[in-house]
Amino acid sequence: MPAPTTIALAGNPNCGKTTLFNELTGSNGYVGNWPGVTVEKKMASWRSDHDVIFVDLPGIYSLSPYSPEEVVSRDYLVKERPDAVINLIDVTNLERSLYLATQVLEAGRPMVVGLNMCDLLKGRKDKIDAELLSERLGVPVLEVSALRNTNLDALVNAAVDAGRSGRAPGGVACFTPELEKALEDIQSILGDACAPELARWYAIKVFERDAEVLQELGLDEARRARAEAVIAAVEKDRDDDAESIVTSERYEWIATVVDDCVKKAPKQLTTSQKIDRVVTNRVLGLPIFAAVMIAVYWFALVAVGTPATDWVNDNLFSDGFFISAQGSADYTQAKEAWDEHHYADQIGGYLDAAKEAGVDVDGVQEAIDAEERGDEDVATISAFMKAAKDAGVTAEDVPITDEDGNFVDDEGEAITKEDADGNPILDEGQRQGLIPSVSLDQFKEAVETPEPDQHDYPGFVDSLPNAASGLLDGAGASDLVKSLVIDGIIGGVGSVLGFIPQIFFLFVALCFLEDCGYMSRVAFVMDRVFRRFGLSGKSFIPMIVSSGCGVPGVLATKTIENERDRRMTAMLTTMIPCSAKLPIIALVMGVLAGGSNMWWVAPLFYLMGIVAIVVSAVMLKKTRPFEGEPLPFVMELPAYHFPAVRSWFLHVWERVGAYVKKAGTIIFAAAVGIWFLSNFGVAGWEGGDGGFGFLPGMEGVPDSFMDYSILAGFGGALSFLFVPLGFGNWQAAASSISALIAKENLVSTFGVLYGLGGATENSVGMWQGFANMFTIGGTLHVGAMCAFVAFNMLCAPCFAAMGTIRRQMESARWTAFAIAYECIFGWVIGLFINQFYELVAFGQFGFWTVVAFVLLAAMLFQIFRPAPVWDKPDEKVLSSLTDPGEAA
Amino acid sequence: MASLRDVRVGEAATVTKLGGTGAVKRRIMDMGVTKGTRILVHKVAPLGDPIEVTVRGFELSLRKDEAGCIEVADVRRGA
Repeated sequence: MPAPTTIALAGNPNCGKTTLFNELTGSNGYVGNWPGVTVEKKMASWRSDHDVIFVDLPGIYSLSPYSPEEVVSRDYLVKERPDAVINLIDVTNLERSLYLATQVLEAGRPMVVGLNMCDLLKGRKDKIDAELLSERLGVPVLEVSALRNTNLDALVNAAVDAGRSGRAPGGVACFTPELEKALEDIQSILGDACAPELARWYAIKVFERDAEVLQELGLDEARRARAEAVIAAVEKDRDDDAESIVTSERYEWIATVVDDCVKKAPKQLTTSQKIDRVVTNRVLGLPIFAAVMIAVYWFALVAVGTPATDWVNDNLFSDGFFISAQGSADYTQAKEAWDEHHYADQIGGYLDAAKEAGVDVDGVQEAIDAEERGDEDVATISAFMKAAKDAGVTAEDVPITDEDGNFVDDEGEAITKEDADGNPILDEGQRQGLIPSVSLDQFKEAVETPEPDQHDYPGFVDSLPNAASGLLDGAGASDLVKSLVIDGIIGGVGSVLGFIPQIFFLFVALCFLEDCGYMSRVAFVMDRVFRRFGLSGKSFIPMIVSSGCGVPGVLATKTIENERDRRMTAMLTTMIPCSAKLPIIALVMGVLAGGSNMWWVAPLFYLMGIVAIVVSAVMLKKTRPFEGEPLPFVMELPAYHFPAVRSWFLHVWERVGAYVKKAGTIIFAAAVGIWFLSNFGVAGWEGGDGGFGFLPGMEGVPDSFMDYSILAGFGGALSFLFVPLGFGNWQAAASSISALIAKENLVSTFGVLYGLGGATENSVGMWQGFANMFTIGGTLHVGAMCAFVAFNMLCAPCFAAMGTIRRQMESARWTAFAIAYECIFGWVIGLFINQFYELVAFGQFGFWTVVAFVLLAAMLFQIFRPAPVWDKPDEKVLSSLTDPGEAA
Repeated sequence: MASLRDVRVGEAATVTKLGGTGAVKRRIMDMGVTKGTRILVHKVAPLGDPIEVTVRGFELSLRKDEAGCIEVADVRRGA
């Protein structure tokens, strides 16, 4: 078997290289990052011949030493020595494309040039002479279309042939005679310091005083001084620096080549320019941008994405669903009819009345609620009914409750105010919804009318957990196995899979914007705003998306080219409240305002998120890892074009697949971990044997078994951390930990810990329980409550988002830094809120108040002090590239 | 000496000298802004910065700070 032939694909950004790569390989390739930097690295074999392997170099404009993309590309060409290079050229940008081509030629590898997008040129009635161009460059030049897959095989075959022949062009003599003479002198000075086919490459780089190359060659003092003399002579003669001389001369040579090879028709305004006139218009630019953002948000998160994700979560992973419309309609009708009778309220009300009348009601409710009433249950119920009949019990004015367990008024609306004894407080003119009376017969009917069961209707598909539960029951699995599979594994996988529809639709929208060329206009329009606090204009998109869900938000940072900005955005974007944090906000609103009228509370949390991001960005920008001037914003605004559907969807698939693979494994492990923590513990309750094990499976376990779990232990151990924030009890800490699975878990865990059963964030009982946690000596400490919520909003996001951050950062160190920063920042903000509220409202002043003031001063100092200067800007890229600690 | 920063929308100018150093300068030159190149300033972003120019047949955006490093002459309306 012959050794595989490696072909590197080089070209400018937006020259159609990705389309070419996908066409050639079917994109079955490996996608990773170049060692040490988060620049995408793609490799795959040719569809027609698996011995030909393509390496897709990042899209670049030059082989300068200043950007990570350019450095990995040139290192690959010069050090890894691919067998051949295909340089793809966008003929509508011929001059700039040839500028890269002349440099790639110097890298001393066999090369062929593909002229892409010739059809667009024809549209402009321009003509290009490929033969003459081939003569001038000294390498084969072929006209191709990556989009329509024309001539691609010929292009690859030419590259394979060139690679087999091993004939490297070594560059074209594109400079003026005096510069060529200087390069010759440098070549002779270098002598045997480099391979002969790379002599010209190294000579040019030495002439440019390329720091990386000089370091690599390790020339002795004498040779360095001689080379420097040659360079200085040319610089003096031309009154310009060496790098500029080389660049200018390249472009001058290219200009003559283009003049000869291209016959240009008179210029007209292109369609792209016409679109741009409107889209980035001074007046319309911002409104159009806002409209596009709203459209993306609406499409991905409101109209399609969230309903799809909700459907998966509610149906596939929770309740099951109907595939028959008839079955669904029948069930809904039966359920509504059943709901109308308020059977559960009738039963509850009748039992209360019976109890008051002195009838023994012990175990009756349990017997009625039993999943399958056994003989014993039936006996309990009939004994009760007999006793009730003898006592002549009739319940009167039985209150009606809704699904959240709240009392309702006669309109069916929930009553959101309760007094301390749990009795509803009515507004003026409001009347409570009551059932006038419940007789024994009605009670009997209520007991004997079961709630309609979806399983009894045709076309019902059970949810995954229910189906698995059935299967496991059938197989005789233990409670431990059942709990692990259903709560741990399916719960964990579900939290991954549930996001997929949302992420998919989001990337359908984002990849379209990226591929069609709008994304660079976003940066153009927003740059001014975001540069102020050191982020890129493109940071806006992840933040918009994060208000729906942090996972796609972090993934959306992929479109930010600059590594520093990308890391910072990925770190901060989850501070925007996502939709899973809304129940927590609803809970606070319930406590503060009884769920009504205070519409401004929710926007306040979004404002807090935005301020947190801006403050963090400004502070972090002045620290070592993020320091530096904003990067140059010299950016091409590529021509608009409708993306090829195939590459568009491959693009989407690549992003979604990456999420499932990388984030999925972490979330899965974390979900099982939390399951273990909350279900295992020591049986320390009264009558418990004190042994360690699976709590729900133990003898005599109370409903609130979580009190004895390892999670509770952790909560207790960590609670001291939260004392200064005003919520130093283990329940608050434990629910914060369980909120890491998914932020909305905060509310449900809270309900479990306080024995509130099925109460939700809309239940008055839950509001009171929540308020009680922060009530000390009869006073509600609003500051502590807000600190608790602020901490949970700003601290580490859920595991799904953390896994995504890990995937995006491609570095364990950076991930740890990001999460630590988020937690510390959240803690500090919580401290501010609690301490300053206590000080203002109760006049409390103590040690932690002092700490809060000190931290506030430190924060203000960091925000307002001038940016420190660490080192010369030019060396940054190089040093970050050679830092081995980054390669995780 | 005028810089590209002072060139108004709709005007074109010829590059005479490039200031700045290192990465920024190299980047500007790599994008085809070299001595003698004709540049048309063709738009300002809605918030007043950056600007969009046409150079060597394509659209390039750069901040006003960066445009300030590019010295130009022969400023005239139209390409």
